Amino acid sequence: MIPELGHLALILALCLAVAQTGFGLVGPWRRQLIWMSVVRPAAVAQAGFVIFAFAALAYAFLTNDFSVQYVAQNSNTALPWPYRITAVWGAHEGSLLLWVTVLGIWTIAVARFSRHLPIELVSRVLGVLGLVSIGFLLFMLFTSDPFTRLLPPAEQGRDLNPILQDPAMALHPPMLYTGYVGFSVAFAFAVAALLGGRMDAAWARWSRPWTLVAWLFLTFGITLGSWWSYYELGWGGWWFWDPVENASFMPWLVGTALVHSLAVTEKRGAFKSWTALLAIAAFSLSLLGTFLVRSGVLISVHAFATDPKRGIFILGMIAAFVGASLTLYAWRSPTLPAGGGFKPFSRESLLLFNNIFLVVAAGAVLLGTLYPLVMDALNLGKLSVGPPYFKSVFIPIMLPFLILIGIGPYVRWKRGDAASTWRTTRVAAIAALLIAIVSIAIAGAAASVLLAVGIVLGSWAVLTALLEPWQRLRARRQGRHATLPRAVMGMSLAHLGAGLLVLGITVTSLLGVEEDRVMAPGSSATVAGYQFRFDGVHTVQGPNYQAEQGVFQVTHNGDAFATMRPEKRKFSTTVTTEAAIDPGLFRDLYVAMGNPLDNNAWSVRLQYKPMVRFIWLGGVFMMLGGILAASDRRYRRVAPQVALDTGAVQPVEPGTDTVMENRE
Amino acid sequence: MKRLAIVCCGLLAAVVSSSALAIDSEPPFPDPATQARYEHLIHQFRCLVCQDETIADSNADLAADFRRQVHNMVAAGKSDAEIRAYMVKRYGDFILYKPPVLERTWLLWGGPFLFLAIAIGAVAIVIRRRSTMLDSSADDGEVQ
Amino acid sequence: MKIRYLVYALPVIVLVALLALFMRGLFLNPTIVPSPLIGKSVPTFSLPRLHDPAKSVTQNEFRNQVALLNVWATWCVACRDEHETLVQFSKQNIVPIYGLDYKDDRQTAISWLAKEGDPYKDNAFDESGDVAINWGVYGAPETFLIDKHGIIRHKYIGPLTPDIIKNDLLPRIHRLEQE
Repeated sequence: MIPELGHLALILALCLAVAQTGFGLVGPWRRQLIWMSVVRPAAVAQAGFVIFAFAALAYAFLTNDFSVQYVAQNSNTALPWPYRITAVWGAHEGSLLLWVTVLGIWTIAVARFSRHLPIELVSRVLGVLGLVSIGFLLFMLFTSDPFTRLLPPAEQGRDLNPILQDPAMALHPPMLYTGYVGFSVAFAFAVAALLGGRMDAAWARWSRPWTLVAWLFLTFGITLGSWWSYYELGWGGWWFWDPVENASFMPWLVGTALVHSLAVTEKRGAFKSWTALLAIAAFSLSLLGTFLVRSGVLISVHAFATDPKRGIFILGMIAAFVGASLTLYAWRSPTLPAGGGFKPFSRESLLLFNNIFLVVAAGAVLLGTLYPLVMDALNLGKLSVGPPYFKSVFIPIMLPFLILIGIGPYVRWKRGDAASTWRTTRVAAIAALLIAIVSIAIAGAAASVLLAVGIVLGSWAVLTALLEPWQRLRARRQGRHATLPRAVMGMSLAHLGAGLLVLGITVTSLLGVEEDRVMAPGSSATVAGYQFRFDGVHTVQGPNYQAEQGVFQVTHNGDAFATMRPEKRKFSTTVTTEAAIDPGLFRDLYVAMGNPLDNNAWSVRLQYKPMVRFIWLGGVFMMLGGILAASDRRYRRVAPQVALDTGAVQPVEPGTDTVMENRE
Repeated sequence: MKRLAIVCCGLLAAVVSSSALAIDSEPPFPDPATQARYEHLIHQFRCLVCQDETIADSNADLAADFRRQVHNMVAAGKSDAEIRAYMVKRYGDFILYKPPVLERTWLLWGGPFLFLAIAIGAVAIVIRRRSTMLDSSADDGEVQ
Repeated sequence: MKIRYLVYALPVIVLVALLALFMRGLFLNPTIVPSPLIGKSVPTFSLPRLHDPAKSVTQNEFRNQVALLNVWATWCVACRDEHETLVQFSKQNIVPIYGLDYKDDRQTAISWLAKEGDPYKDNAFDESGDVAINWGVYGAPETFLIDKHGIIRHKYIGPLTPDIIKNDLLPRIHRLEQE
């Protein structure tokens, strides 16, 4: 009964989404206030039904209702109950329901927090979001119904893929989807503004916090995924340049560009059409990711079971949404006013370069990801584009970008003063060089040019990010007037995170040690000064698996250091490698067991991974920066309606000090 | 986006293996430089059975055979180029994770830098225009 | 002014190109890798016969006749599916089928053939899989079509079916016999 109600809820949601879209888009056009006033309740009700459907599926999982085919395929009575909930999004149909549910939650949030916005704009934004809902609800109802019954019901479920039975993995898809789907809000704002023909600073100000929130969730989702693959897949890698990872990375790069470009549009009224294009692109790339993962056109280790029908459906959605919005863009943008002028050395100009590097980087990732498909489609043979390619094109593009990260915040809008920027930042430059010199000396024989460059740029980003808050706090302590708004703190924190990320990637890639050994019980191996003694293997019983657990005693400089217990877990159908990790801020030790060999010996991979935690720490700092920036009080202030009518740039509001305007 | 089925093997489902990590039982090369060269090499080849994994990471039987071949060739003193040629001769460019620079891959290798050049050119034009705009207008804008 | 409009229309143009590419991509199979050995002579090899380890099978089998080389193993599920088709095909006596028993257990393989029928003229036993690597094998079953001059002309990846044999393999064989 409950599954049928879930299915019914999806159908009702679809009907309401049609109303939401119809009234939302036609209302403002016909200037029908009553139509527009229907949009908000329709949107909220639509989202409510979707959330109900989600709850219905979760209920089927919790009660082990194996008469629902999707539950029977992805759950099991032995599965611990938290994983029965996360199993809801463990495969294609349910993850699609999660997608629509997340879209519903965003829709409710937009409906709730948009009371101060003009009704035409809110109608259009919700109308566009409703259109996206229609697309995905149709997709689900026609090709991927999660509520399909299985008759007769299965006695027992097939179990959730064991590698997904993990806390980080449970959280990874919801975070990632919140990010992806969140870009649909930025997209909706851009399309609404293009439809209304009014793209102004107010539009940028309204879409900025939404974009920031979407971006921070995507950042967190990617970080979680990276961390998960590090400890769960067993070989200690944290990024593989797999097509599916690239599919999440491209919207992130473009979303990052969008966050910066919105700043220019808000502050200076410039780059309007470019910002709108980025908003469309970020969401389009999210859709593209969905297509790549669910259609089977590319080879990936993390692919869903695929079905060409689904591929065609998603392709149709991309053609409709993206095609329509880009056509609208091509039609409306040429008439937009250009916005203010600026000098070659100015905040605007540097942010433009920031955008260029980010977008070109995203383009490079797209090119590398799709090139095998292009070759195949043109009958030019098959080839593989893997990590070596991405590393060699991505790094050179990112190096100048990292220099800009440090300079940008210290350059004034309109016309910057290179001398004063240099005076402010030279401390950081000199300190970064010193840090690099010391690091090279410590690294000794392992040092390389890339290591030096990576450390200089990483430290530069970290130090320049700390410079501004430090200066402001010092000024305040000296009794001068200075504020530290959350937007500035958020930016500093995010840039700090970027710096930590660069340091982590540089050090762990270039100074990490990885050794494969054959170890018999009682034998020892030394990796990077840590001695690992293998004490043999014993059997451990888990809730739904049986594990062979190895015991390694680690000593460092003769002192007992840690006991590490990697496992090989045998689930009903699969075997997974559970690596043992001794975590530390500055280094991880990583032990994974391969295969059993003769005489109780095992093949073992021992790794020393210096500063690998900085990678995820960087991601977390970026996310926290996003939270701070999105919660800045400016966004909660009611914007004067007049700005919309004149199309003029938002005037500086009373009580806002110039330092903040300048340095935000 | 999804890291769902890390299921080794696509359509052919032929060489299925059970463990989730490839570690070899062969002793490492006594010389660390040679070992490093071997490690580097096996990270460049794609396991054809398990989709999108290097032969270093894949636990398919075939990947183990490839590693053994590479190991033997390194031991026999073959150069990296010779080893790559050996693999390409049998499996085509598909096996290389770093595609060779050929006529049909120049766009792949040159593309990103071409994009960058075009983008920088476009930005230069925009900046020049905006810069003269500032000179010609007395309006000093809204931000002081 | 026209260029200006073109610039703004560029994203749509890019989108259309990408959509065309993806549409094409949906009907391609990314997992099938064509062999670079097509058009080349069969690799030299020498392997013990499955049924008689003292004797060997070499590349010299592929002389003066159009022939098939089928890579198989008893542990390979898809090969088992293909087996009946091969047995039926061999009964027609059109071309000889040679087997490359890939990383298999000798006794299991011999008794499997005894029980299920033996379509092979001869079987080479590749215990280590090294010869298979020389043939560019990456998953059983694979079937090579070799011409009278010992040149590999085509490779089938995955199990042969009666349909493939009738509509693709037989016409190819026919053409090669004419050469």
